[in-house]
Amino acid sequence: MSAEPLLRVEDLQVHFHTDDGVVKAVDGVSFALERGRTLGVVGESGSGKSVANMTILGLTRSANAEISGRIVFDGRDLATLDAEGLQSIRGNEISMIFQDPLSSMHPFYKVGRQIVEAIEAHQGISRQEAGRKAVELLGVVGIPDPERRAGEYPHEFSGGMRQRAMIAMALANDPKLLIADEPTTALDVTTQAQILRLIERLQEEFEMAVIMITHDLGVIADVTDEVMVMYGGRVVEAGRRDDIFYNPQHPYTWGLLGSLTRVDRPRSARLAQISGQPPSLISPPQGCHFHPRCPHSFDRCTQVPALEQRTLTPGHVDRCWLEPERKQTLRVVSSGEIGLEEPAA
Amino acid sequence: MSRLESPPPRATDVAAPSAAEIEASAPGEGGALLEVDHLVKHFPIKSGILIDREVGRVRAVDDVSFTVTRGETLGLVGESGCGKSTLSRSILQLIKPTSGSVRFDGRELVGLSARQMRPLRREIQMIFQDPYASLNPRRRVAQIIGDPLALHGVGSGTERQRKVQQLLERVGLSPEHYNRYPHEFSGGQRQRIGIARALALEPRLIVADEPVSALDVSIQAQIINLLDDLQNDFGLTYIFVAHDLGVVRHVSDRIAVMYLGKIVEIGPADAVYANPIHPYTSSLLSAVPIPDPRQNRAREPLVLEGDVPSPADPPQACRFHTRCPRATDICSELEPRLVDYGGGHWAACHHPIGHQDGEAKRLMGLAPPG
Repeated sequence: MSAEPLLRVEDLQVHFHTDDGVVKAVDGVSFALERGRTLGVVGESGSGKSVANMTILGLTRSANAEISGRIVFDGRDLATLDAEGLQSIRGNEISMIFQDPLSSMHPFYKVGRQIVEAIEAHQGISRQEAGRKAVELLGVVGIPDPERRAGEYPHEFSGGMRQRAMIAMALANDPKLLIADEPTTALDVTTQAQILRLIERLQEEFEMAVIMITHDLGVIADVTDEVMVMYGGRVVEAGRRDDIFYNPQHPYTWGLLGSLTRVDRPRSARLAQISGQPPSLISPPQGCHFHPRCPHSFDRCTQVPALEQRTLTPGHVDRCWLEPERKQTLRVVSSGEIGLEEPAA
Repeated sequence: MSRLESPPPRATDVAAPSAAEIEASAPGEGGALLEVDHLVKHFPIKSGILIDREVGRVRAVDDVSFTVTRGETLGLVGESGCGKSTLSRSILQLIKPTSGSVRFDGRELVGLSARQMRPLRREIQMIFQDPYASLNPRRRVAQIIGDPLALHGVGSGTERQRKVQQLLERVGLSPEHYNRYPHEFSGGQRQRIGIARALALEPRLIVADEPVSALDVSIQAQIINLLDDLQNDFGLTYIFVAHDLGVVRHVSDRIAVMYLGKIVEIGPADAVYANPIHPYTSSLLSAVPIPDPRQNRAREPLVLEGDVPSPADPPQACRFHTRCPRATDICSELEPRLVDYGGGHWAACHHPIGHQDGEAKRLMGLAPPG
């Protein structure tokens, strides 16, 4: 195989023109994803994580959207493809699953029929054969009695079963890349564990790459290889999972890790919190978007820091002007624990 | 296989412990503020055109007893459909319980009329999950927070205005926000408004139903810290209902775990999390991914199969037996009683984790003593 990654996104910008002004939802996002790997994208509402990934599939194209940058998938630039070209890739080479499986399925059509439709759209096989394949897929994703369940409507499925059916649909055409946007957020923890194990198993079987978009750092720690932290439409830190968890470089990442509550730790005195509110995407702060909330900001932070490697670890990049040595001292790292800072006064 | 001489007892035949028994096992310092005793809420499933015939019952809350000590936080956890929201609403009498008793500061709430209940509502307030749906979009912040004061006839107009502004400041908003509408605020700020409203009447007990689950992580921490500060400042007692087990561990002194309308385990937070006795608690905890890759890899995950059964038709005897990795014949024949394993840590299981089965039998009174 060539050294070219499966997906390479370069300087992606997605701006929406609205009555209130230009919303810079995605403001210069670049990343690469190798075949068979899992990239976690973490960030809060409005960080641009969903818009960036929907843009890969051309789902944000509209009259008021201004999109620029390159999205090179398997040798082709998706940003330049027309609607028809994208159609042949969506649900075929790249599939997507969403947070709410009930609103992602058509309520009037039987589950099996919806999967058949996905198969027929991309494969020239008979309906009977597609039907057999749909039942087989429902079995693969762990739906008991798939033959009967294929004849049921989405409302007859439980939340976990619906998400399994969505995954079956996404897998229908052997995708090379699965984009999962908060796939377990609406589910209970025991069901979430089932779905995460399922995605992992299928990823191995089908040799898919996965982009896992979530706000849950537990899910990130559980299933990803690489992690990208987004804030205010930009990537503020990216690297291998363990680098992000054990040697985080950006104060926003510290804040995220510090504000977590954990089931395996007794109650701590007080949670570290990030004060203030997320930035407006219409009139974002000058320079580093995080600096108004950052307890360590200084005069240089009004200029935009580049996303570049600032530690000795290749591939670990961040957007923060602080000297790496200074970060070590600012971040209180106790052995075996995540590098956390003390709550800001 | 041992045969039981009498038919397996149904849920109602098995006496769950009373609130007094639970309280006595680990008495809190301030005494019990709230005692919930054998509380039951069944929703009838009706069918028929002319005459509504009851064809079944959703056993949302089924014989639940617990106490909440003054100044403590009781965490209530469980998956969707376990009855935790019905339970919290039954405590506030927003839903009329089918049977059982709820005593607040020694006063019985079940059976009170709306009028009789009104003065007590000052003392028990609620914080809701969705800060978008729980604030009236057409009313200004001043009205939203001031209405409870006006309804209860507290102070004059100017006194109320001053009080609202103090409250705004106390929950971390600016007093100038007084005249704004809810849509002008972010989710976290709206939740602060909801908290200010709950605080307005200086309640003693606050029932918070998923107060942070709609918020972003960094904002969650702000709200949790705020609730913590308010508890210290005003000596508040909380019932904190949530499905996020990490958040519940952080805020709670004691935890109650519910499954299909029953409390299956209740005890001090650290004991329940570090040494869970009920297999359901254990599998629930092991399903939560830990945001620490190395710790996460080191754990032995225990993935529960299947879905939670319908509360309209819960499994016989132990309701968890259909999904339980430790289940044996007795679990489908005899409902396990909630019993005390010491230090106020109660669990309802025939095969308790970290204890001998014999101990469970003895505690439940199923084995002859000695």
